[in-house]
Amino acid sequence: MSEEITSLILEDGRRLDGRELHELRPITMRTGVLDRADGSCYLTWGNNKIICAVYGPRELHPKHLALPDRAIVRVEYRLATFSVGERKSPAPRRREYELSKILAESVNTILFLEKFPTGTIDIFITVLDADGGTRCAALTAASLGLADAGIPMRGLLTGCAVGKIEGKIVVDLSDIEDKEGEGDMPVAMIYNSGELTLLQCDGNFTLEEIEEGLKLSKTAIGQIYQMQRKALLAKYSQIKESLDELGEEEE
Amino acid sequence: MTILVTRNQLVIPGEILAHGPGLKVGGGVFRKKINHEIEIYASMIGLAQIKQNRIGVIPLEGCYIPLEGDIVIGKISRVSLTSWNVDIRGPYVGTLRVGNVIDRDFDALRESLDQILQTGDIIKAQITYFDRMRDPVLTMQGRGLRKINNGRLIEVDPVKIPRIIGKKGSMIQLLKNMTNSQIEVGQNGRIIIIAYNLEIENLVECAIRKIEAEAHTSGLTDRIREFLEKRKDKIDLKK
Repeated sequence: MSEEITSLILEDGRRLDGRELHELRPITMRTGVLDRADGSCYLTWGNNKIICAVYGPRELHPKHLALPDRAIVRVEYRLATFSVGERKSPAPRRREYELSKILAESVNTILFLEKFPTGTIDIFITVLDADGGTRCAALTAASLGLADAGIPMRGLLTGCAVGKIEGKIVVDLSDIEDKEGEGDMPVAMIYNSGELTLLQCDGNFTLEEIEEGLKLSKTAIGQIYQMQRKALLAKYSQIKESLDELGEEEE
Repeated sequence: MTILVTRNQLVIPGEILAHGPGLKVGGGVFRKKINHEIEIYASMIGLAQIKQNRIGVIPLEGCYIPLEGDIVIGKISRVSLTSWNVDIRGPYVGTLRVGNVIDRDFDALRESLDQILQTGDIIKAQITYFDRMRDPVLTMQGRGLRKINNGRLIEVDPVKIPRIIGKKGSMIQLLKNMTNSQIEVGQNGRIIIIAYNLEIENLVECAIRKIEAEAHTSGLTDRIREFLEKRKDKIDLKK
């Protein structure tokens, strides 16, 4: 397989899918897509398709997990059986346990959990279609779901991966770049305050490369944050605009 | 102090609202000290509210958090020996003790609690005691607190209840008077509509859904009045 690929960067300096080195894939977000859930979000990020449901704060069962002074966050990250090339068994695997854990830890930092002692906030993330960078996409979707559920939080979480292919630092790796490239570094932060909540690294990076990667990821996260903001407000501004139009007609 | 947003502006969590000293905070915001200066941020999606030097956010989404004194509409979820558990649509389950329902002595050996209230019964109750360490305690002794036997139960977003009630109850009075129906509103986002016929019930529910969808806009009471007047003519209110 790897012998067939000659280069991840084409002759004109673009990547295999035609993107510039620092260009994001097209992203769309929609909140409030599920009726039963308290908050929800559907996100597409290139070929990734992710749906996220948030419930809570609600009563925690089993009770022995409850903490007397704050709520707990439970995240369930799952890949659908049809989301990857070869059918994936529906039972959670090491990767899903790991991602659920790091997503929960990341989300923990932005919530005011002490407001809901003994309770729980449950986040269910299902990846319908996976094409690299799902952990950052899942985190972005989860924070939109939380905001849509009206759970008090310090700010929106936004994630974006950077990586190294052919010695160059690139933004937002796709699946093939992730697998065949030299390194991958997912970054998530609260954009408003610039606080990092997730930083993982796979592969070898020099100190300069890490610095450059962080700088690039911050720019990318800024762009994604603006999309998040727009997606959250869309539901309300649409109603407001249509009412404003009605009002003008009457006058 | 500097306020960076306008009144009724839509804000999202983490958005900065104001900075500088001398500001009081309302709900839906949090404070952070950065380089000895206090900054105020929104913690929920909602509308910015500014009154003199108090700044807050009226949330547009959120769950029900019990408050002492709230009137709620609950559903009996479990009957035990001397108390009931009541689902009040929040993160905590309400407890209703038998002494708070009936006046007389209750002998658990001779009678059973499901002769009074059964699982699935809908009740209107008041929260008498709640701190975050213990579950909310409810009572059914008080004016208008009772078991509800008829009507239509609908659920709305709890944060929109103040809008449905309106300033000094203006909206709910409008709904009641114009449709000639009885409406019981629980702070936990449950509403009971008791009307003469199905069509009026439908009309009231439509109106409430309209309020819920347009809660963040101004001039709502007038729009609802127009809406009801337009639809009312087709319906006979007395049958």
